[in-house]
Order: sequence, then structure tokens, then C-alpha cells
Amino acid sequence: MNLVWTWLGDPANWQGYDGIPVRIVEHLAYSAVTLLLAALIGIPLGLWIGHTGHGRIVVVNLVNGMRSVPTLGLLFVAVLVVGPLLAGDVAFLVPSIFVLVVLAIPPIMAGAYAGVEGVDPGARDAARGMGMRPAQVLVRVELPCALPLIFGGLRSAALQVVATATLAASVSLGGLGRFLIDGQAYRDYGQMAAGAMLVAALAMAVDLVFAAVQRLVVSPGLGAPRTTERFPGRGLAARSGAFAS
Amino acid sequence: MTWFLDHLDDVASLTVTHAVLSVIPLLIGLLLALPLGWLARRYRWLRTPLVAGTGLLYTIPSLALFILMPLILGTGILDPLNVVVALTLYTVALLVRTVADGLAAVPEEVLQAATAMGIGRVRRFFTVELPLAVPVISAGLRVAAVSNVSIVSVAALLGIAQLGSLFTDGFARDFVDPIVVGIFACMVLAAVLDLTILGLTRAATPWLRRVPA
Repeated sequence: MNLVWTWLGDPANWQGYDGIPVRIVEHLAYSAVTLLLAALIGIPLGLWIGHTGHGRIVVVNLVNGMRSVPTLGLLFVAVLVVGPLLAGDVAFLVPSIFVLVVLAIPPIMAGAYAGVEGVDPGARDAARGMGMRPAQVLVRVELPCALPLIFGGLRSAALQVVATATLAASVSLGGLGRFLIDGQAYRDYGQMAAGAMLVAALAMAVDLVFAAVQRLVVSPGLGAPRTTERFPGRGLAARSGAFAS
Repeated sequence: MTWFLDHLDDVASLTVTHAVLSVIPLLIGLLLALPLGWLARRYRWLRTPLVAGTGLLYTIPSLALFILMPLILGTGILDPLNVVVALTLYTVALLVRTVADGLAAVPEEVLQAATAMGIGRVRRFFTVELPLAVPVISAGLRVAAVSNVSIVSVAALLGIAQLGSLFTDGFARDFVDPIVVGIFACMVLAAVLDLTILGLTRAATPWLRRVPA
């Protein structure tokens, strides 16, 4: 334990291009870019599937199937196959972000899908009865009603991305994972354990921020969102009771 | 494919280690989650601290948790015990909530009927509540089993041998074949565990099977 405090207390570890603050910013940057890309793909797809009912089986199987794919292996394959096609730092960055996005899409899509699917049919009928076109029903009724579960999906995706971005240090990417991997290479347990604590703290902080945002964005008319989704894929299981409260 | 056939023995032994490292935490985790889930269901005020507390554990990325284990256990960084304990924690985190939900889904009338028949609290739990909660608990167990298989492979970054070693090995040698074989073996192992739990659940819940018309 002393090793950890010594390492964390050393001012040299808090400065420069490989200091703790820079690594935290890098980690957050990879995660933010990934989440944004995954949300741009996953949310519209999930909404569309929930709205039309097409491809329901695809979502369920994708979520369950992706869970069994070992992240680390996928990361290594992507870097070995895509990396040589690119030059410089991009050779690691592009395949890593690609894998992160691929992993983040299923939970986000499942959240959006479950959210729309769980909308009270009465609300949908009322909107249609008021003369709304299908697109209006989707944007003005289904989307706001689905927000709690959409954010639930984003939250579990964010956790997954922060964790997997740590692994990406093993394919030369920056971020907090560097301390874990470099510490291992130098047989410096203090650095490894300190890095691990920083990663754990970052993951918890990100989760808390998402939990807070989730509360803020939800229309008060929907009441308190049901217990937030913590576990990837649980949204599908929870959808029947999504608006029970 | 040639690589796979040439290294069949290695892949088989790594698969066995991988299976052991995934299944032991699953079983211990289930044994721990049953009483915790029962407590969360029985005493309402305990539910939030138990579910949120174990949920917080789940937010810790696996590589970080593996590395932090020696601080708590006093083990070496290469000790597979780190992986077993860390995965047990994840399993408990996932299952406490599932067990509590499963027990909550048992209809009140059934409990009253059991009590009216003179069945005591303890016997009622083991012979009525638990069997009826099996479908829900089993759904959580399947998720835990499949994610355990994936998480175990991360331990290869620390040098703990299992199927993930094929990833680190292949990556170090710039050779895709072992990695692809490793991914495939992991997915097959996950599917086998998933189907095993599904089969056991079917066997344990004969009343859910459709009677052929």
C-alpha cells in the first residue's frame, strides 16, 4: 500500500505529457468520442427498431452475442488487421476506437429499443388520435418517454467503454491504462496499483455523472425513472416494468 | 486452421483452465448472493445499500480489480486467486439484485398457501420460494457466466495463463491465428456454460415445461 501512496505522492507523476492529468484527459477523450459515435449509430437504430418492431430478434441476439466476444481478443485482431493499413499513431487509435464503438453500440441500441417498446400504448394511440404523423409520434412522444432507458443504455455503454479503453493501453493507446501496462512492464507494482485506483475512481465518477444526468433529463411527467440500469442487457429484461413507478 | 490443429493440446489445456477460472467464481458467487439477495428482499432498508454497494463493485474495470486484489488479499500479482476473487465479486454484484427480484416475483398467495399448510419459514424458503425464483435467478446466472468467460481472458495481460494467453501471445508475435482461435474458443466455452445452465434450469423447473397436447 505504501508503494501506491509513494507513487501517487510523487509530483513528477502529476506533470508532463505522461502525467496523471494528461492521462485522465486522454482516457475521457477516447471514451467521449466513442460514446458519441456509438450513440449516433445506436440511438437512431434502436428508436427505429422500437418504433417499427422490425429486427427485434436482431437486438436481443446482438446484445447477448456481443457479451460472449472477448474484448481483448477483438482489440488485438483489429489492431493487427487494420493497423498495417495506416501509418503513425493512427494505426493504433483508429482500430481501438473502432472496437470500442462496436462494443458500445449494443447496450445503447438495446436501451433505445427497450425505451420505445415500453412506451404506454395509450400515449401512442392518443398522439395518433391527435393527428400526429408517425415521425411526430416518434420524436414528440416516444422519444421523451424512452429517455430514462436511453440514458440507462448510455450509462452501461459508458462503463464498458471506460473499462475497455483501459485495455487499449496494451495496444499502445494512451489513457490511464498506460500506468497499469507500463507498471507491469517495469515491474513497478506501485505504479500499477495507483493506476488501477485511478481507473476505478474514474469509472465510478463517470457512472455517477451519468446517474445524475439521467435524473435531470427525464421529464417530470414520467415520474422517477425505475431503478437505473447497471448491467449491460438488463434493459431488455426490465422493459416490461420500465414505467411501473 | 493448421495452427489450431498443430496446437490442439495447448488450446485444450488452456480451455480447461479458463473454464475452471470462470465456473468457480460463478458457484461461490451464487452461494453468497442467495443469502444477500434474501436479506435485500426480506428487509427493505437493506435493499438499497446491498444492491447499490455491490453495483459499485461492478463499475470497477476488470484489469484494475485484478491489479488491486493483491493489496487486499496479500497474494502475488500472478496468483490466479486474484482472478477468482475478483470474478466472485462481479458475480455477487450481478446476482444479489437478481436473487432479490426473483424472490420478489413469487406470488404472495403461494406463500400464504404454504404457510397455511404448516410449512415453516426455513422449509418454505428452500422448497417453495427458491424453486419458484429459479427462472429469474437463472437468467442472471447466464449473464454472469457469459461475461465471466470474457473477463477471465483479460487476466492474460498480467501473465495468468488461460485462453486469453493466446491473444497476448499472438499479438506479441504479430500473428492473428492464435487470437482468432482464442476468440472462437472463448465463445464456444461461453455458449457451453450458457446451455448447461439453461438445461439445469429446465430440469429444475418441470412445471414450466409444456405438456404435449
